[in-house]
Amino acid sequence: MSAFDAAVGRDGPNHVGRAQGSPDIQHSAKHAAYALASKRIIAGYGFWIFLLSDIVMFSAFFAAYAVLVDATAGGPSGRELFDLGNVSIETACLLLSSFTCGLAGIGARTRNGFWFHGAMAATFILGAAFLGIEIREFMGMIALGAGPTRSAFLSAFFTLVGCHGLHVAIGLLWLLTMMAQVFAKGYRPDILRRLLCFSLFWHALDIIWVGLFTMVYLMGVTQ
Amino acid sequence: MLGKLSWAAIPLDQPIPLFTAALVGVVIVGVLAWVTLKGWLPYLWREWITSVDHKLIGIMYILLAMVMLLRGFADAIMMRSQQALAFRSEGYLPPEHYDQIFSAHGTLMIFFVAMPFVIGLMNFVMPLQLGVRDVAFPTLNSVSFWLTATGALLVNISLVVGEFARTGWLPYPPLSEIAYSPGVGVDYYLWSLQISGVGTLLTGVNFVTTVLKIRAPGMTLMRMPMFCWTTLASNLLIVAAFPILTATLAMLLLDRYVGFHFFTNEAGGNVMMFMNLIWAWGHPEVYILILPAFGIFSEVISTFSRKPLFGYRSMVMATMAICVLSFTVWLHHFFTMGAGADVNAIFGIASMIIAVPTGVKVFNWLFTMYGGRVVYSQPILWSIAFMVTFVIGGMTGVLLAVPPVDFVLHNSLFLVAHFHNVIIGGVLFGAFAGYTYWFPKAFGFRLHEGLGKASFWCWIVGFYVAFMPLYVVGLMGMTRRMQHYDVPEWRPWLLIAAGGAAIILVGIILQIAQLAISIRRRKELRDETGDPWNGRSLEWATPSPPPSFNFAVLPSVEGDEAYWGMKQRARQQAMPGEEPPYADIEMPRNSPTGFICAFFATFMGFALIWHIWWIVVLAAVGAFATFVVFAWRDEVEYVIPADVVARIDRANRTARGETFALSGTPS
Amino acid sequence: MPARSDGLPDRDLLLPGRRSTSARVAQCAVLLAPIVLTACQPAVLDPQGTVGIAEKTILIDSLAIMLAIVVPTIVATFIFAWWFRASNTRATYLPNWEYSGRIELIVWSIPLLVIMLLGGVAWIGSHELDPAKPLISNTPPLEVQVVALDWKWLFIYPGQRIASVNHLVVPAGTPIHFSLTSASVMNAFFVPRLGSMIYTMNGMTTQLNLRADAPGTFHGLSSHYSGDGFSDMHFEVEAVSAQRFAAWIDATRGMGPSLDAKSYAALARQSVNTTPFTFRAADPGLFQQIVTQQLPPGPGPQTGRPNPSVSPQTED
Repeated sequence: MSAFDAAVGRDGPNHVGRAQGSPDIQHSAKHAAYALASKRIIAGYGFWIFLLSDIVMFSAFFAAYAVLVDATAGGPSGRELFDLGNVSIETACLLLSSFTCGLAGIGARTRNGFWFHGAMAATFILGAAFLGIEIREFMGMIALGAGPTRSAFLSAFFTLVGCHGLHVAIGLLWLLTMMAQVFAKGYRPDILRRLLCFSLFWHALDIIWVGLFTMVYLMGVTQ
Repeated sequence: MLGKLSWAAIPLDQPIPLFTAALVGVVIVGVLAWVTLKGWLPYLWREWITSVDHKLIGIMYILLAMVMLLRGFADAIMMRSQQALAFRSEGYLPPEHYDQIFSAHGTLMIFFVAMPFVIGLMNFVMPLQLGVRDVAFPTLNSVSFWLTATGALLVNISLVVGEFARTGWLPYPPLSEIAYSPGVGVDYYLWSLQISGVGTLLTGVNFVTTVLKIRAPGMTLMRMPMFCWTTLASNLLIVAAFPILTATLAMLLLDRYVGFHFFTNEAGGNVMMFMNLIWAWGHPEVYILILPAFGIFSEVISTFSRKPLFGYRSMVMATMAICVLSFTVWLHHFFTMGAGADVNAIFGIASMIIAVPTGVKVFNWLFTMYGGRVVYSQPILWSIAFMVTFVIGGMTGVLLAVPPVDFVLHNSLFLVAHFHNVIIGGVLFGAFAGYTYWFPKAFGFRLHEGLGKASFWCWIVGFYVAFMPLYVVGLMGMTRRMQHYDVPEWRPWLLIAAGGAAIILVGIILQIAQLAISIRRRKELRDETGDPWNGRSLEWATPSPPPSFNFAVLPSVEGDEAYWGMKQRARQQAMPGEEPPYADIEMPRNSPTGFICAFFATFMGFALIWHIWWIVVLAAVGAFATFVVFAWRDEVEYVIPADVVARIDRANRTARGETFALSGTPS
Repeated sequence: MPARSDGLPDRDLLLPGRRSTSARVAQCAVLLAPIVLTACQPAVLDPQGTVGIAEKTILIDSLAIMLAIVVPTIVATFIFAWWFRASNTRATYLPNWEYSGRIELIVWSIPLLVIMLLGGVAWIGSHELDPAKPLISNTPPLEVQVVALDWKWLFIYPGQRIASVNHLVVPAGTPIHFSLTSASVMNAFFVPRLGSMIYTMNGMTTQLNLRADAPGTFHGLSSHYSGDGFSDMHFEVEAVSAQRFAAWIDATRGMGPSLDAKSYAALARQSVNTTPFTFRAADPGLFQQIVTQQLPPGPGPQTGRPNPSVSPQTED
């Protein structure tokens, strides 16, 4: 049993057994014998399935991009538009933010407020930097007349990358909410479960970004 | 201030929607006034609207489905009567109205009748069958339901404010693009589906987690009742398919709202991509609907044949095979696009392959009846009608999967007849079988048998009279969605079809009467034991209606048919076994989160449709604030003391024990 | 010229002479029609062209293959359900019988074998009857270019340099090669008694090969919903002898407007229930210009209420 498990507690099968800290130790022991999942496992498992569905959605946008990548309608192609330097900085920001997000997890596990809030703040700054650079890139393209309404290729590009950006923005909002919750409520088991989901979410965004970086930017430039 | 919304949006010049709206308005106001005067509002709020109990949410889903069934059926009556009248004439519905009706009919029937009906049944039954107390995420379940209701509400608002889509139930571009559909109809369609789609996706996540992670001790996967397997398969499909729908509709929204070019004629848009994407969701969608129905039939046929389900492992394999194969056949919806012989042939054959596991299922149901003692109650009537009807529908489906045959029957009324054959004969009959089967479990009394059987016969006769003629006109080359026509040979068949719709109407009226009379006579129809059908799975081990915590003590499953085994053991001892040690039970607290979210979602959807941006922003902030407030709660569970649990359980054990004492041997 | 060159829909053309007495009589007769059903000829089952005949054969064959398994299944359902009714004490009761390896094997193999057979039919049929596959014939095919417009059909005869709206005249016995596109939204070109339908889509060309075996008049229609005027998007197909076809070409060349970018633009505007007419001359490059979008796609609704939020009413 990991430290995180100990922190959260292996409570009943479906929040219907005795809550954690109940005197009925036999009860939870009995359930453990049947290997029923803990609340933390259930929350994480459910969130994973949600993330899979999110990835399916992204794959639809990826598919649309792959279909429309050559439909430039006389407008600029990816090769003329993409600036790998810029994108590399974005990538670095996002990957680093995953690292700091992991640090925040350790902070929460060790109940170290300084570590937790510090690492979360760093995650926020890196995520916001990523988002800022992306928005600047978008504005630059629109200023060049290469906005999403220019061609089907650009529509697909802005949608795919923008959808990821939207996820990052929502993630930032969630991050702030989690910081506020920990600040106000402490490391309650339900809040720790949410933190687990948040970090899953944040890492999933990284995975999607790796796909984006490869399929959109790298392949776009080398084409 | 109000975006595109103005008085011109109210169709004051069209009597039919106005009259309908007035009628619906009067009914709603009447019901609200009645509820308020009776002082039931606090009760409704406390016990139903804010409920996170899977059983109550399931019942609300089914209620929503039934109300929407009436609306969708009203559309159907209008379509059938229009086509019956509109021979060399305009009929009584002008094209811009008729086109909305068939679009709304399809949208409502799939998304707001069939989906909520099967989701409602899964919600009610699945945790009970698994022997647990709720689904994995109870509050999320409530959010799912209310978002679905929001979608249904938006579709119905379009009746009065503005218009609904005139593009069919799947809005093929470029017709659905802003250039060819500048009105708000398509936006109503898109936003109601986006919002209810989120609800459905969350249900999928919730149920997959529940089946895979939360089961009673001893309930291994291969001991689960068939309905739980089909629930799992169906929800896996939801998780894998609905995001595609969300993405596709989002692309169309971007085209319409901000001038993107995914599916436009201009700037490199690609309409064929829409067809591929929408059917990559659309074909799994039909299996999302039919698989739970298969599960219901498996339960019903086994219970009323007094036998275990034949070939359980085969059935599980067939279910999962259908689940996977359903993603490999989408192209058969557009063989006539000119994709080339190889592509058409491969997808045609792939589509036929699905008929193999489906055929296996039919045979297994057949052999479940073999050597049985078939008791003719309503649920099995629906099931036998299903077996016959679905085989015919499946056959015409495989016929349409042969590309050269599809070349002459695609989009014809033959196709319309085919999918009604499988959706009414499969999904709807399944829903009705489930409704009559589990009704006593949900409310503690049975539905009136005589009226139910009368309604059944009207439905089945009406169905055949309404849809067999459509096969014929399809073979005569009549295409779907025609507002009028001048081919005399089609006419008689369309008149017969209209007659069939009228017979179905009688069936529906009888169903309503059945419900009303059953409620009146609930005392004599009471189910005391909680096991009115001599059931085999765990839901029948609970009292009817089950207490909020379902099981006083989580059952310990020791065999394939959990409750059947328990009953056998109890009968041998002529008593229901030792009294278990009761303990306090903690249950999730009710929460208004779902309702409040849906409240904001309704405003947001409406504002998005009419371009009222300030409401959009306010509603988004409101929805976020709701979640934050929800997250800030300290008390998330409440305790049911052990003595209350014991009292409820003992009452039921007494009633049940009497039957065991009476019948020493299995009946 | 098009029925109404101002693009306003032409509703009054819809009801030719309202209902005459004879129409009423016809209507009464039609009400009695179930009795005289045998007189009806389901178009798809009564094909008049090579392609349609082949498709009908496949339809009947596939149906027969499946009926061989479907009918016994349905009969067995009724027999099992009836014989094993609870009140029948003569029926054996096997309360625990739930598995039989032999039956499982049969249960899986019967549908599998049927599908293998049908799969073969589908594979061969798809290749034989691929709409793009030229028909085998000694006569060289007639080229016809089809443009689906809102809401009428434009048929261009590039070899003859004429065009026709909502009226297709073809020589019987000659294979016809259609190239199809759409000026705006999707439609499908379908002549039930000749065989295969095919989609028409803007910016793309689809191919279709059909042949009318003997002279006759056939009903053609759009079989993909395309908006408010969809129901009137039908046309007559006249299959005539080679001589009469030549005569028709000559006669057409002598009358009517000519089809160029300008008259095409007028034609492309939405109109309903267009009376068939012909163009004495047609620009043979026009079709290609439509496909490559050198000519802009047909405009959507242009008329209606001042309020932009509600779609224009075609009745206004």
